[in-house]
Amino acid sequence: MIQTKVLLFTYLLHSLVSFGQGSVVYNTQPNTQMAKVPSGTFQSFYEKKESGNLVSVGEFYLDIYPVTNEQFLEFLKQNPKWRRSSVSKLFVDTNYLKHWKGDLEIGTTQNPNAPVVNVSWFAANAYCRWKGKRLPTTSEWEYAAIQDIKSKEKNDTTKVIDVILSWYSKPSMKVIPNVGTTFHNMFGISDLHGLVWEWTSDFNSYVAGGDSRSSDEIERNLFCASGSFGTVNKEDYAAYMRYGFRGSLQGKYCLQNLGFRGAMDIK
Amino acid sequence: MIMSLRQIWFLSMVVIFISSCNNVADKKENYHADDIINMKAAGEIEAELTDAPNVPKPLEYTSPKKVKIHLEVIERIGKMADGVDYTYWTFGGQVPGKFIRIKAGDEVEFHLSNHPDNKMPHNIDLHAVTGPGGGAAASLTAPGHTSVFSFKALNVGLFIYHCATAPVGMHIANGMYGLILVEPPQGLPKVDKEFYVVQGDFYTQGKFGEQGLQHFDMDKALREEPDYVVFNGSVGANAGDNAMQVKVGETVRLFVGNGGPNLTSAFHVIGEIFDKVHVEGGDLLNYNVQTTNIPPGGSSIVEFKCEAPGTLNIVDHAIFRTFNKGALAQIKVIGEENKLVYSGKQRDDVYLPEGSAIQKIPEGEAQPAITERPLAERLSLGKTQYESNCAACHMKDGVGVPGAFPPLVNSDFLKNRVDKGAGIILHGLSGPITVNGKEFNGVMPALQLSDDEVANILTYVRNNFSKIDGIVSAADVAKTRNAGH
Repeated sequence: MIQTKVLLFTYLLHSLVSFGQGSVVYNTQPNTQMAKVPSGTFQSFYEKKESGNLVSVGEFYLDIYPVTNEQFLEFLKQNPKWRRSSVSKLFVDTNYLKHWKGDLEIGTTQNPNAPVVNVSWFAANAYCRWKGKRLPTTSEWEYAAIQDIKSKEKNDTTKVIDVILSWYSKPSMKVIPNVGTTFHNMFGISDLHGLVWEWTSDFNSYVAGGDSRSSDEIERNLFCASGSFGTVNKEDYAAYMRYGFRGSLQGKYCLQNLGFRGAMDIK
Repeated sequence: MIMSLRQIWFLSMVVIFISSCNNVADKKENYHADDIINMKAAGEIEAELTDAPNVPKPLEYTSPKKVKIHLEVIERIGKMADGVDYTYWTFGGQVPGKFIRIKAGDEVEFHLSNHPDNKMPHNIDLHAVTGPGGGAAASLTAPGHTSVFSFKALNVGLFIYHCATAPVGMHIANGMYGLILVEPPQGLPKVDKEFYVVQGDFYTQGKFGEQGLQHFDMDKALREEPDYVVFNGSVGANAGDNAMQVKVGETVRLFVGNGGPNLTSAFHVIGEIFDKVHVEGGDLLNYNVQTTNIPPGGSSIVEFKCEAPGTLNIVDHAIFRTFNKGALAQIKVIGEENKLVYSGKQRDDVYLPEGSAIQKIPEGEAQPAITERPLAERLSLGKTQYESNCAACHMKDGVGVPGAFPPLVNSDFLKNRVDKGAGIILHGLSGPITVNGKEFNGVMPALQLSDDEVANILTYVRNNFSKIDGIVSAADVAKTRNAGH
């Protein structure tokens, strides 16, 4: 309990700092901004007895917003081999950028400033490298994503779990809204929930078995699956869903509600 | 010729023995998985899939086939009750999922597609599959993808299928279940009508009947305290206008499942006795059953003959689920009455336990004089009396039960009554009526209440549910009582 309070205090302190002078601006476009995520720990989804079920995350930079259609278009202009017509089928499936009108044309049915979706892990990874960034690890992403929501209007924090569950319980939106339309969390990071799912660098390192109830002794230690025995907080349904979702993916999959954002080490 | 009781008993046993031998399905033919595994499949067909309450046609082939099944997972907002929406996760667009009908020995190629618009990965665990996870591990499918796996149906029976993706409880609670029937090679005995009914419990953030889009409530699911317990996915899905229909004299077979996730069903049809029950959906037959238990992830096949016309109410006999949470479906039996089978009410006599005489209820007898009461008093007494006399059917908030009990909230039917509704309470009401555009055909008995009490209830109902100001006086009620209609 004491630890939680200390952690919370640390978060608050850090988020204040990051709103002041802490955030790093890479260029003048607002949605290429990154925020500094302070080092810390969070409760592991899977049992990790040796570390008291805690996962440690070192400090890093994370994009404040997911990568948008417009930004991805810029990437394609400079990297022809990732265009729809010329990309290798090893790296994407047939849904790659299927919501766009053409190779270098987003079309009028999509918001240019909405998160880009229908991109494979390989494409997302290539984009990040082009930007001098990398995809966040699952631990980094989860650590950033479980922070409670900072409400500018009201002087309270909204439980992130409520927001997530209410997003999960609605079918996908036909047209994805612009980035920055959901909420900023305690680290000043936006849209981690409520717009799209996001790729992580090691999305498949937690091998959620296709059968989500298996928990053989071997599987439990090696893979853990998302079997109900291997998890710490059995009531965190939102986390079950994220780990289950990642478990269903392969690197070349392009899904119409799956995007990504970049991360970067602090040197 | 006079037969002794013993002779009659003996003869009737012989008849039962003979008739059961004549009945193909009742003949005990054991199909072991060991035998079925060696039956070769020849020829390929696409399985017919149906939405509840419909069942695919009986299968005519008698040797195993290769069967292709295409099932699509769709996440969509649908109606849970009047004015209440819910985000269902479905196998094929409806809850329960599509009914699948195959035969033992069939070799199934299963294609599970996850619609690109969906948010979640899904898979399928068919209890009819012999193999790890019942197909779940092989069928985990991201949105916009299709998984294919194959299995051979080794066991005869009626099986639940469901989604087994994390969090499993939530996928099931959102409606991801259905039935797959594996018929014995020779098929099931012919009946006139077959229907598909699956019970499920739902957990919403708002209480039963709370309007608008309701989100899944995890706390209630963990506590196993559902707001809705329904047949075929929503309140009234197969009641009223959507009731299943049969004719007098027809034999009916219900394929019944329970998706859960939590509650065991005390499955009962009011006014019928199941002539035959395939206990737990397997080979064991039981006869003359009133109520059969169906656990979550379990099933039952029940059969009966409809001898009398009227409406059969299908309920979970854990009865609060029926009256307060929506567990009601209906079968309308149409045809000629048979007074021998069921007479209807023949007499209404006063029962005096201490006296010997049976008396007729004195119609029109003078009520003792009562003093009138002010509005506030009538409202407060009316609330209590409404809740003890009326709320069981019309619901505490007056919304009624779709297809069974008419609503009192803003009821046009009630507003149009010159007697302010007094006659309904005093004399009862039966037969078809239309309330706010919906048809009801039920029976409300006359209630043995005083003019004073009726006045309280009517005052409460009118002010509280229909915003009609003003008092209904005991004198108003007395007028109706004395008029006799």
